[in-house]
Amino acid sequence: MDEFIEGWTAQHGATRDQLLPLLHAVQEEAGHIADAVVPVIAKALNLSRADVHGVVTFYHDFRRTPQGRHVVKLCRAESCQARGGAAIEAAAAQRLGVAMGQTRGDGAVSLEPVYCLGLCAIGPNALVDGRPVARIDGAALERIAAEVAA
Amino acid sequence: MKIYISRDMASVALGADDVAHAFAEAGCDVIRTGSRGLFSIEPLVEVETADGRIGYGPVGPGDVAAVLDGTHPNLLGRIDALPFFAGQQRFTFARCGVIDPVCLDDYAAHGGWKGLDAARALAPQAVVDAVKASGLRGRGGAGFPTGIKWQTVLDALGDAKYIVCNADEGDSGTFADRMLMEGDPYCLIEGMAIAAHAVGAHHGYIYIRSEYPFAIYTMRLAIERAAQRIAPVTLEVREGAGAYVCGEETALLDSIEGKRGQVRAKPPLPALKGLFGQPTVINNVLSLAAVPFILSEGAEAYAAVGFGKSRGTMPVQLAGNVRHGGLYEIGFGITLGELVNDIGGGTASGRPVRAVQVGGPLGAYFPPSMFHLPFDYEAFAAAGGLIGHAGITVFDDSVDMAHMARFAMEFCAVESCGKCTPCRIGSTRGVEIVDRIMAARPSSQSVRAEPVEALSFSSRKEGPSTGSGRTGEGYIDKALYSRSPSRIDTSLDAQSDLLRDLCDTMKYGSLCALGGFTPYPVLSALDYFPEDFGLTPSVQEAAE
Repeated sequence: MDEFIEGWTAQHGATRDQLLPLLHAVQEEAGHIADAVVPVIAKALNLSRADVHGVVTFYHDFRRTPQGRHVVKLCRAESCQARGGAAIEAAAAQRLGVAMGQTRGDGAVSLEPVYCLGLCAIGPNALVDGRPVARIDGAALERIAAEVAA
Repeated sequence: MKIYISRDMASVALGADDVAHAFAEAGCDVIRTGSRGLFSIEPLVEVETADGRIGYGPVGPGDVAAVLDGTHPNLLGRIDALPFFAGQQRFTFARCGVIDPVCLDDYAAHGGWKGLDAARALAPQAVVDAVKASGLRGRGGAGFPTGIKWQTVLDALGDAKYIVCNADEGDSGTFADRMLMEGDPYCLIEGMAIAAHAVGAHHGYIYIRSEYPFAIYTMRLAIERAAQRIAPVTLEVREGAGAYVCGEETALLDSIEGKRGQVRAKPPLPALKGLFGQPTVINNVLSLAAVPFILSEGAEAYAAVGFGKSRGTMPVQLAGNVRHGGLYEIGFGITLGELVNDIGGGTASGRPVRAVQVGGPLGAYFPPSMFHLPFDYEAFAAAGGLIGHAGITVFDDSVDMAHMARFAMEFCAVESCGKCTPCRIGSTRGVEIVDRIMAARPSSQSVRAEPVEALSFSSRKEGPSTGSGRTGEGYIDKALYSRSPSRIDTSLDAQSDLLRDLCDTMKYGSLCALGGFTPYPVLSALDYFPEDFGLTPSVQEAAE
């Protein structure tokens, strides 16, 4: 990871405003931002460890622990609720066998809340491994579950 | 044969990629566009014929032959002749859904860059004057006159000045920024280049939320391709990281600077000391995207449309449980009822409309008795609500408004940046109060009608309990009931008074709109739907 960060800052610069782009890059590379990487990032951008830790923990996107092999981000916002999102949320947790906000014990899938994907007239919506899925019903949940099992 | 299929994230979510693939396999020349903006006809396929582009939708991947020989039952004809489109005044979204979003030739052929060329032929002050004369107000929600903001930055002294585009469109029920960035990114780029010329800036940032991967991709590609056209102005995209509060302009600036997205106290205004302490224009996507039209067609043409002090058009977004959801750009002044019932066609579930939330999670809930309200900043403010980013989320009669009030407080608790006390602590206390109200209300009120079955399946089984993360009840439970309930008067009346008192504190004591406007959905739910809280309607409301 040290090498990756060194290479990244050489290419993009090491100013403070590069912290979020660097955190995104580290997470993309490693899947999460391990606590052990925080001092390396801090040193690379000449910031304190506390400062970097504060930023990592402020933003919902940044994860300090690995997530599942598949990630289902399910929308909890009002427009999806108006289209039956709460029932789908409960059913998704049941069907995938993992609570909202958690990674399943076998590491196969993480179910994460998201507040609006901007597809508000065709909900309930989700991002399944980055792919948008709309109008989620029982059948769509079955397809998602099959994808996760594969 | 030329075929046009949208690559908008919503169209793709409905299967447009598979449809496009099937047409390409059949040997068609498939051109991917933005979305026209009516999602009940997506995936939409338009076939180029001697009579213009003929639409079919919705279309599946197995429908290629039927579309190509003209026998498909979902024949729509010319899309712009459909009632949903014929009634619109598309100033900002004129090209969206029509052109290939990242094709420079297409953009130029459809009137692109005319505004930038017109602006660069003028002195900066003349450009600012044109924006002032258009009456354009900030489309992000606050409605501050854009021209006055630009004037402040033009007059300010600084080593460098910046243009920042707020594309952190986090409000549920809104998707206009996303659609524009995916469907006509050069329009936003042109608007930012005009703003840069008007105030003397050379670099701009577009801060896009991470939940919009398609918009981030499209904007980055478009910036690369348009670099020469807008030189010496340079632009870059910065990706958000899932914090709703970064839609607040000063939190957004801190986030670009690489800090926690916490709200700054004002003054100083960002126009004087904004990004990196320099004079900064920070505008919403729709404000900046309206500017090319104003410069190319003239401020009078823009100001000729509208209502009262709200000039020009608003891209209204119809969302939630609505039959014909989508983007409807129209001059201010259209009523809420026309939008929901006539254009939106009522609910998708076929049940009666019970409430609409206008302006996202911080907007008021209105009952159908308020449908006479004209779409206008002042009219909505007078009615205790806000237009916000012009998203309208429709709910049918299965909605439990006490639950929605709880959700508003819960959302504020999850997303609060933590800087000011009324928002950070008030929101959690608000969840507790609504919980006590829901526990105390008569049981017949705890579940209203059956849940929305037309749109989902009716499983009401409880999922595993939630433990951590941004996950509603589980997240809040840890903080709940930190004071002994036995010392609190938990009667409905006492708790609803307490809720109003708390809302008052949050409204006037919070640093920004997150804590300050969360009371709008809560109080409007309490005022217009008291029966959901187990309260009897007051005389005043009953008389209305």
